[in-house]
Amino acid sequence: MTAPHHLRYSKTHEWARLDDDGLVTVGITHHAQEQLGDMVYVELPEVGRAYKAGTECAVVESVKAAADVYAPVGGTVVAVNELLEAHPEQLNQDPYGAWIFKLKPENAEDLKRLLSAAQYQSMVDADEG
Amino acid sequence: MPFIPHTERDVAEMLEAIGIEALDDLFDEIPAGLKLGAFAELPPALGEAQVTRLMLERAEADGRYLNFCGAGAYEHFVPAAVWQIVIRGELYSAYTPYQAEASQGTLQLMYEYQSMICALTAMEVANAGLYDGASALGEAVLMAVRCHGGGAETRRRVLVPRAVHPAYRAVARTLTRPQGIELIEVPFDPGSGRTDLQALEAIDTAGCAALVIPQPNYFGVLEDADALCRFARSRGLLAIGLVNPMAAALLKPPGEWEGGGADIAVGDGQPLGLPLSGGGPYFGFMTCRQALVRQLPGRLAGATVDRDGRRGFALTLQAREQHIRRAKATSNICTNQGLAVAAATVYMALLGPEGLRRVAGRCHANARRLARLLEAVPGVERLFDAPVFHELALRLAAPAAEVLRALEAQGILGGVELVPDYPELGNGLLVCATETKEEEDLRRFADNLERILGKRIKPPPCAMKT
Repeated sequence: MTAPHHLRYSKTHEWARLDDDGLVTVGITHHAQEQLGDMVYVELPEVGRAYKAGTECAVVESVKAAADVYAPVGGTVVAVNELLEAHPEQLNQDPYGAWIFKLKPENAEDLKRLLSAAQYQSMVDADEG
Repeated sequence: MPFIPHTERDVAEMLEAIGIEALDDLFDEIPAGLKLGAFAELPPALGEAQVTRLMLERAEADGRYLNFCGAGAYEHFVPAAVWQIVIRGELYSAYTPYQAEASQGTLQLMYEYQSMICALTAMEVANAGLYDGASALGEAVLMAVRCHGGGAETRRRVLVPRAVHPAYRAVARTLTRPQGIELIEVPFDPGSGRTDLQALEAIDTAGCAALVIPQPNYFGVLEDADALCRFARSRGLLAIGLVNPMAAALLKPPGEWEGGGADIAVGDGQPLGLPLSGGGPYFGFMTCRQALVRQLPGRLAGATVDRDGRRGFALTLQAREQHIRRAKATSNICTNQGLAVAAATVYMALLGPEGLRRVAGRCHANARRLARLLEAVPGVERLFDAPVFHELALRLAAPAAEVLRALEAQGILGGVELVPDYPELGNGLLVCATETKEEEDLRRFADNLERILGKRIKPPPCAMKT
């Protein structure tokens, strides 16, 4: 499965998960890592900084491209996955396990505005078709 | 792919395809009054032998001067092998080929160049070259600001000693001002010509990102680079070394300065095998610590292995470059000077570390000899009492511009005037002696200077009031 059902998705290819502790965990999708290719670097956001939904807050670099990662919902960054600094390839190997950052959302309800797995999958299929 | 020009027939077919009669019809929107027409002023064509003769005559009119100018452009002996190798077809280009990995030779040359620059500066990473030393300094300032991050505490001020080359400061200002970066001038000590440590200590470094450390500085004076580097560290500033690569062969390299070494080191590579040719081309070199490599502008060639385990070369860290990430590239003007870099690589390879040290040593010995000879001339004194590398500042008893004109009439380029950039150093003259000078050259300079100054500083006639 390339877009797990328990996650929500942005049109800019981030996945978001509302955790039990009320935080939103964010990463990039299987499709995104596939498009970018072998990852060589992740520029993590700054912990404690607030981002509006849709603003860029991290950068992923592959061998031949660099892409911004956007905050899927507005909120404050409370944690970043520092393991990615040494092992960016985890984004390729396990895109839904290798989270990039966790947000404390302004409003958890905002997640509902994101795409469902089925919606995201059909968007990707349409792009490729 | 061979270059095949269009035949008349090709042109006719293309014109027919787009439905016009003549090539000129493509430009009929341009009013006739704006068109130049034939070049009426051009003289008739000359044959090759005639052109050669003309060029030799013109070259002669330029004269063969004995050159004591430095100030950022240095006359060194360039072994004939350097340019004989560099004009080989494989190397004779200023550009990195597209599909760079297909050009393994070019990439290997860059890799060797980077390795040698790292060895020379004792730094960890070097890029494949920038436009020139001045723009390299500008890039280093931008890089230092980026390295401090875009956090709450923005540091957009950089300390630049007044003893840094004035043209370099001007270029750095031009490149960094639009990004809201302020360059703060640090005065030099009028006695030694060194950057004034006491004045530096007194500067409020809040909001400062870096300190530029020139070695040697514009006056040829050797700075206390260790103390400056320690100062930078103690204030949480990045240390940007601005070094002459020839001097670096002899002096403690920036990577080994006290306080942990420079964070970034830049300079102009012209002394490494590039002739003086009417102001260019030059190239800038740029190095940094491994930890900062993500912020280093320009391209890097890396060594790797292919899937069969054979050694190969590749451009690395390309995702910071403007062709991939225009808005967020580390620099959009980091022109790589491929041909000049190739010459420097061959030059360094031919001389080796010991050869470079010997050239640098001879430069220094000549500068000391020149200093002794000139100091003995009435009306000449040293401006500063600190040690120098191969260049020194003098104060003349007459206006430097006039003295230089008189020397030029004798076939001697006697140095660079300091007054335009440093009005406070009235009648200041910057002179340089590289390894190219022989004892008789130095004496000829000193003798002519003595004669010229002798005429100018004759005691005034009694009738005149002094």
